[in-house]
Amino acid sequence: MDELINKLKKEVITQLNLEDISLDDINPDAPLFGEGLGLDSIDALELIVLLEKNYGIKIEDPKDGKKIFYSIRTMAEYITAHQTKG
Amino acid sequence: MMRNIYAVSDNIISSLGFTSRENAAAMLAGETGIRIHHDEQRYIHPLPLSLVNTGELNSRFQAVLDITKNDKPADYFTRLEKMLILSVHDALNGISLKINDPQLILILSTTKGNIDLLEEKFKGRFDHKRVYLWAVAYVLKEFFGFINTPMIISNACVSGVLALITASRMLRYGKYTNAIITGGDIISEFVISGFQSFQALSPSACKPFDQNRNGLSLGEGCGTVILSSNQPDSGYNTVKIMGGSVTNDANHISGPSRTGKELSMAINKALLESGTEPAKVDFISAHGTATVFNDEMESKAIALSKLGDTPVNSFKGYWGHTLGAAGLMESVALMTSMKRNILFRTAGLDVTGIMEKINVIKETTSSPVDSCVKTASGFGGCNTALVFQKT
Amino acid sequence: MDKLITSFVYIGEGKVFVNKRLIFYQEKIVTFAEFIKALYKQEQVSYPKFYKMDSLSKLGFMTSELLLRNEIQGRYQADSLAIVLANSSSSLDTDINYQESIRDRSAYFPSPSVFVYTLANIVIGEICIRHGFKGENTFLISEKFNSGQLLDFVSEILDNRRAEACICGWVEILGNQFKAMMALVENDNTILPLNPDFRPLPFSLTAITDLMNVN
Repeated sequence: MDELINKLKKEVITQLNLEDISLDDINPDAPLFGEGLGLDSIDALELIVLLEKNYGIKIEDPKDGKKIFYSIRTMAEYITAHQTKG
Repeated sequence: MMRNIYAVSDNIISSLGFTSRENAAAMLAGETGIRIHHDEQRYIHPLPLSLVNTGELNSRFQAVLDITKNDKPADYFTRLEKMLILSVHDALNGISLKINDPQLILILSTTKGNIDLLEEKFKGRFDHKRVYLWAVAYVLKEFFGFINTPMIISNACVSGVLALITASRMLRYGKYTNAIITGGDIISEFVISGFQSFQALSPSACKPFDQNRNGLSLGEGCGTVILSSNQPDSGYNTVKIMGGSVTNDANHISGPSRTGKELSMAINKALLESGTEPAKVDFISAHGTATVFNDEMESKAIALSKLGDTPVNSFKGYWGHTLGAAGLMESVALMTSMKRNILFRTAGLDVTGIMEKINVIKETTSSPVDSCVKTASGFGGCNTALVFQKT
Repeated sequence: MDKLITSFVYIGEGKVFVNKRLIFYQEKIVTFAEFIKALYKQEQVSYPKFYKMDSLSKLGFMTSELLLRNEIQGRYQADSLAIVLANSSSSLDTDINYQESIRDRSAYFPSPSVFVYTLANIVIGEICIRHGFKGENTFLISEKFNSGQLLDFVSEILDNRRAEACICGWVEILGNQFKAMMALVENDNTILPLNPDFRPLPFSLTAITDLMNVN
């Protein structure tokens, strides 16, 4: 899980252009949206693309996104449960 | 003394027809132009789209080439250019406008121009410069023989309304006497895929202001309006452009403001400039894209501007969202409403579902339509409002 | 009413001028990305959203950042400042990138954060968000910088008091070829001079044309 969490951190930083953020800056349990990283609605859509591109997971209902993308850890858990590639 | 600015001619090219009259007839007959397309050529399908009939477009365009004795063959022109030329040509028909008048300006409104030329299949077909928006304007300038350097406005989905606002300001400023404002955008893989990535497309024909609305439908088309500071001969049923305004939400580059305050500001400024009281407005042609957020925001803006009782519709259920053409096509339809005293229903709407109390038109009815407002909002946080008045 | 250019920025040929003073110079530009990042760092800007922007928005953002250094916010209401920008290629630089991302159907992952920048006016949106500007705004396209068109457009806005000041100029980029110029034009009734070290220029055809040739 830790390996996936670190991999995810790197991918999120790249996909969302979080250039001045380091791996240590991201707390895997902290909320991604609202505070902390200050992600917005476009970032949420990009995370959907990230899941499909890197893990072959298609999110059918974007409303599920809120739960899945709550934190890096919830993302990692979802991926572990659903991934079809990577 | 403020000059009056008159709309002296217009045209719409869409899935419903190639003239303003054809479009009005189709709309009155209850027709809409959005169809579910099953096209394996497209990556995303089936998809509701409002497409201009290609066969009809080509044959009408060839007819114009034949009449005008133009030296270039039909395949010199791109799809968008054919539509624009046809639209301007039709609008010029029946009015006497000196083409080589130094007081005449062409203003083009488009979001993506010939963006389809970036596709592999068009490699080498056209001069690479045609992907530039100014090149499209030059094709028109050359075809018709206009003298002045055209103006091109590319400002997301408010481009059409903004082009009309700009034209009326230039005419009132005295810079020009006549202006041909034309706008168009085509359906492309580029735009379809982009809106798809935003989860903004509805799987069925769009439902503006509806409780079950779930996204927009894309459309292609052209709208042309010719404005003049010379009063037209007809005298009756002439429409004047009054005031207009453009503002910015300063909130987010793709999501609309949650309060609608900045669109309301644009509406208020436009009404103030026009000397029009909100209570006197007979009809609002809203942007009404049928996304959950736009329609909600727009209804808030309308209520904030004390226009909650004014009949409002969206024309997007007829032609889909035609991007750079939208503001122009919908303004032409608005002027048709004024000339015929008809309020067109909001095609696609079954049950109104917005939190604000506004008066959405559900059935096409006869009603005096003397004073109107056109609104539009777009990516980049921009908002526009324009006031029309019958003389 | 005499309109005045009270501040301006020019970026081109590896140089950055603020009110005629050279403040940054890269003799050999390898890429625009490196150039603009170096400028961002040198000027100590702190705005994480910068990294999400495409090249056109980064260029426009930094140009406006340098233009509006001197506490512009206090001088005007949110809806009293207009922005009118123009270029030749619209968002073609990003359009080409975006088209590439949908070229291959077996690896079809259109990116919303790239697509949103395939409209030239987004650069105006970014500047408005940064400073809270809610007034008049328009993006124009022309083959070459058209000083006459810009002069007419901006003069109409200011003369009719649609705004009391206007940021206007040119922001053009395609690949590693880029050029930007922004001028702050104010109606004459300003209380304090904006920049004590810069003598305001009357807003005229020759003045704007000269600004594009300051290098």
